[in-house]
Formats: sequence, C-alpha cells, structure tokens
Amino acid sequence: MKHVDEYRNGRLARAMARAIAAEARPGRVYRLMEFCGGHTHGIHRYGIPGLLPDNVRMIHGPGCPVCVLPMGRIDAAIELANRPEVILCTYADMLRVPGSRRTSLMQARALGADVRMLYSTLDALKIARENPGREVVFFAIGFETTTPPTAMAVKEAQRLGLGNFTVFCNHVLTPPAMRGILAQPGVMIDGFVGPGHVSAVIGRDAYEFAAREYAKPLVISGFEPLDLMHAIRLLIRQLNEGRAEVENEYARVVSDRGNPIALDLMDEVFEQRPSFEWRGLGMIPHSALRLRDEFAAFDAEQRFALAAGPVPDNKACECADILRGLKQPQDCKVFATACTPDNPLGACMVSSEGACAAWYTYGRHRKRRRA
Amino acid sequence: MSRSTRSLDLRQGHVDMSHGGGGRAMAQLIEELFMEHFDNELLRQQNDQAAFNVAAGRMVMATDSHVVFPLFFPGGDIGSLSVHGTINDVAMAGARPLYLSAAFILEEGFPLADLERIVRSMARASRAAGVPVVTGDTKVVERGKGDGVYITTTGIGVAPEGARISADRAQPGDAILINGALGDHGVAVMSSRENLSFATNIESDSAPLHTLVAAMVEACPDIHCLRDPTRGGLAATLNELAGQSEVGMVIRERDLPIREEVAGACELLGLDPLYVANEGKLVAIVPGEAAQRLLALMRAHPLGREAAVIGRVIEDDHCFVQMKTAFGGTRMVDWLAAEQLPRIC
Repeated sequence: MKHVDEYRNGRLARAMARAIAAEARPGRVYRLMEFCGGHTHGIHRYGIPGLLPDNVRMIHGPGCPVCVLPMGRIDAAIELANRPEVILCTYADMLRVPGSRRTSLMQARALGADVRMLYSTLDALKIARENPGREVVFFAIGFETTTPPTAMAVKEAQRLGLGNFTVFCNHVLTPPAMRGILAQPGVMIDGFVGPGHVSAVIGRDAYEFAAREYAKPLVISGFEPLDLMHAIRLLIRQLNEGRAEVENEYARVVSDRGNPIALDLMDEVFEQRPSFEWRGLGMIPHSALRLRDEFAAFDAEQRFALAAGPVPDNKACECADILRGLKQPQDCKVFATACTPDNPLGACMVSSEGACAAWYTYGRHRKRRRA
Repeated sequence: MSRSTRSLDLRQGHVDMSHGGGGRAMAQLIEELFMEHFDNELLRQQNDQAAFNVAAGRMVMATDSHVVFPLFFPGGDIGSLSVHGTINDVAMAGARPLYLSAAFILEEGFPLADLERIVRSMARASRAAGVPVVTGDTKVVERGKGDGVYITTTGIGVAPEGARISADRAQPGDAILINGALGDHGVAVMSSRENLSFATNIESDSAPLHTLVAAMVEACPDIHCLRDPTRGGLAATLNELAGQSEVGMVIRERDLPIREEVAGACELLGLDPLYVANEGKLVAIVPGEAAQRLLALMRAHPLGREAAVIGRVIEDDHCFVQMKTAFGGTRMVDWLAAEQLPRIC
C-alpha cells in the first residue's frame, strides 16, 4: 500500500532500533506512556517491544474510549436499549463490552433489544427518519476524534427537525485525562507519546501544559510503526538532554492549532461536564462533554429518566496501577486467569486497544519485566 | 409425480408455506427447480435417499450449514459456497469427494427468482467439481423466522489407503504452506453489505480444492495436516492445529500472500487479514524436506499459483502461534475473542 508501506519498512526499523539502543543510557530507565489505544495496538501488532532495549518501557495509557467508559454508563445504555420504543445505535466496539451484570449490548440484542451497529453517525439520522414511530438513541463514545461527527449529527437533526433522535453522550477529552494521570500519587511516567488522530483535531498546542506544568516531554506520533519508533527516539533524546517540550512527529497530519472547523463545531454543540468518571482512574474534573442547553432536545439523558448509577470495579483489578505506570499487565493477579478478552474484569482488558488486551493478544510470549 | 397445471412462476413468484407442506406445491418445486438443475441418475430415481456403491478405502464425511449475508456477493453466492465449503471439508482429509446432499430452509416470501439463481449456481458448482447432489430436503419457515435461505450440505468421500492427514500430526520441523492470498472472501462479503459502501474489485476466493489436494496427496502421501482457514481466518486455523498437535508455530508476515486491495480494506476497517475468512484456501503442514517440492507442485495448479511457505512448526509447551512481523518484531497471533468487528478510531 502506497503511503503506508513506507512507514513499515523493516530495514529502516532495524536502523531505528540500533539508534534507540545507542541513545538510551544504560544507567537509567525510560518509562514512556503512549496515551492512545491505537498506539498501544500498533506497538504490539508490529512487535515494537521486542525492538526496544530493556530499559525503554512502554506504559499503555487510558486512550481507549471503550475501556475507560464506566460500567454504570454501559448499564444505562443497556437500559435504554431495553425500552421497547428505542432503537439504540452505536459503533461496533461497544457491542461486546459487559456492564455490571456481565451482560452486554450484544446479549441485550439477543434477548430482543433493537441495537444497531453504525459506521457513521449520519446512519443514525437515516434510521430516525425511516422509523418516525421509534426513538433513535445514538450511544456516542470516543475522544476528540469521534466528537465532531456526533456534533454534526446533532446539528443535522436540528436542521431536519427530527423529534425522535437523541444522543447518549459519553465523549471524553484527552488533555484533562493526561492531567488526571499526572496528578495521581506515585505516578511513574517520564514522557508521553501523544495521540495522532486526537491531535489532528485539537492541535499540538493543546499539550503545552504537560511540558510547562509537569515538565514531561511529549511527542505527537502517527500510527505506523516507524512513526512510533521515531517518537520514542525523540522522547529519549529530550530526556537525555533534560528538555521537556512538545514535539510533533506527525506533522504530515497534525498542525499547531488543530482543525478549527471541528473545534468550533464541538464547542457549539457541547460543553464540559464538571467531572466525569473514568473506569480505572476515578473522577477526573472537566474531562467529558455533554450537550449544551440549546441542544437539550437531543440529549438522551434529559429525554429518558435513567435509573442506572455508578458501579465500583472489581476489587482484584489492578487497572489503576497499570494505567499509572506502576505495574505491567502481567503483574496483575487476575491477568490471563480470571480476566481475559473473552471475559474482561477490568478496563484494560475490555477492548483490543486496552493495555491488558494488547498484552494478552500479542505479547504473552514475552517474558515479564519489572516495572 | 402428479403434474400441476401451471408451472412455477420463477419470475414473479415467492416461496409460500405450501412449498414445504408435502403437497402438490412442494412436489412442483422439487421437480421444476431442484430436479431440473441438479439432474443426475441417482436423483432421478426419486427415493428419499440415494443408494450407491463405493470403492474400498477410508470413508470421509463432513457437513456444513451456510448462512451468509448478503446471499449474493462478488465471486459467488450462498449456492456455490455451500458446494465448495463441504467439498473442501471432505478434501481436507485427503479424500476424493463423491456425493453431496443438500437441505434448504426457505423463508416464506423469498423470491423464487432468487432461489432459482442460487440453485443454478449450486448446480453449476457441483457439476464443475464433478460432485453431484444426490439427495436433499426442503423446509419452509414463516416469514421473519429465517433469513431468506439457509443451506446445509453434507458430503462423503473416500480417502486413499495410508493417508493419515489429521490436525494432531504437526511436528517440530514441519513447514507451513498456504495455497494463495488471504482474506479475499471476507472482504468481498463485507464490502457488499449495504451499510458499508466502499468499492473494491475483490472477489470471493470460493473454490473447490479437491483436485489440488489430490495432486498434493499423490506427490506427498505424508502430508501431516490440511485445513481450510474459513471463519476466524488463518489465525484460528493455526491456533487449532497448534493446540491439537501440542506444538508452537512461527509464521513470517513478509511471506503471507495478501492482496493490496484486501490489505487496504482491512486497514480502513481496522481488521486484521489474518482473521478474515477464506473459502478457497488450505493450510498444509508437511515434513520440512517435502516443502519445496510441494510448493512447486501447488504453484503448477490453477488454485495454487500464489502458494507460499509461510512458516514452520516449533516445540512450544504453550502452543503459541507467533509471527515475525515485516517490521522486524515478533508478536503473538492469538485466537480471536468473539467475532472481529470494525474499530472506532
């Protein structure tokens, strides 16, 4: 594939691996968090951990919207789907995720709920138009990448005067989540590989706080393996030189200010919630979005009285320590025993982009290393 | 058989409950559609079963139910698929498939024109493969209780004396071969679903593999395992074989034949071609020293032109399947958790 294979070149990868090994100082450990689940997946899929020296350790961040969604919100979605008048629409990733009673939307569908899998938010509007007698609820999840399409659907629904379309909004924000992690006690992270797609929307400048307030270097990276290796090398270089800056390795896609049209659209339709629960990380201030009052008519939380409330995570689960870089997936007692991708107990195992799921699927052949 | 006065309306007509009711309408459907297209000597005897003699040897039997949406996709349809799928299951024992049975579950309201198109395609596939449909059954379910049509086919065949092809025979040192490009069927079917509007030129690889298998078995009677990587793709098949044989496997990404369009479509949808279904592919595990000879033979067959040696069997108590990535790293190729679904971001 043109414009893809160039970034997967094995010869360049070996050269990059040698350069990283030469630059990483044997006396220290480099703990680097890739925030984004897409990066976690890529790192394992291409076998990057095997190309890094032992003292360069990747910590898998919470950047998987499916993983960090608290179980109470999934319960609420199942509750909505079980209402006879509702057609619940969502992205495929959400279908298998279990709520607190170990049931998922896929199981709800098997028992008669009308749950539809979407590829585009505009498909939800089409379903709403075709089913005027039903309530179509779009179960919206994701970071800044999937938020603009949801905003667009709300605006379009308003223009069309659709009275039977609402959004169950679970959109979350990247920079506040990074702050949330950095503010946690005992956090052991030396630098961040910054998200690619999210940064295309919010821009490079949105991460200045990490460098300025927390003295952590951050390098925005693309999703191809050479992008990731390059970003890791740039982070090591910053740490060696004692710098903490925001660098943009993904300049072919990411600009300093992001995408103003998408940002304006988001700002027009959504506002920040005072606080929102992240599975594995707890409550994080200003870390999620809800619909503004002007669009209240399209807010499922206002249209339907939802009974489902917050639910505590399984006690055995060590997701919080894994997401803070204190532990590796294989340090968790339930990893690959009680907690597997087929039967996930904690946030990190829920989707293929979660830290534990990626380890389970791609990395079990590797030996355990100390965090 | 009692003749109806009017023939089936194959242009405008629909399946109704009477077509499964055991009466005249059912007899007419059988005669004018199934008998017409599947026509062969055994079927013409119009018994409830087919009776035939078989040559001495090891009998092999396999059955496969086919449910696919959409029913018609680039490169095939549920009819041809139901013939190829069962022929391949029989062939994977090293056997020569002899006969097929076919059972149809039809949904009330299903257009007879579509049914005829499916039966024609099935008959064409069966004739081309030289494996006739010799007995069958039809049932009709109420509207809303089926998905148009489901087809179950069963096949029997005879394996040559001495062939001991079995999933538990992979040994360290064996080579892993595939007969061609991965993922064509799954991507062809997915790209033809209406809510996924991206155009590809990819056609399903649906094909009967028994002649390729016959050539392979003749040249190398000591083939250890054969399996067709259908649902769950190559990844599921290798994990099954590794588990049943209690060995590990290492494949090389660089050597996997995958078409550019399939790789592109998978990239777009967030799918991994290793997990995408095939319907005309086989994985062969063979003694290492036989690999190159078999590879040359496979490449000389029309269904093996893009054959490749993709890896080898190793000792591993964990029965892990690993892959050397083209990028230079190593990763596991695990079972799929549930079905593979497109990702969000």
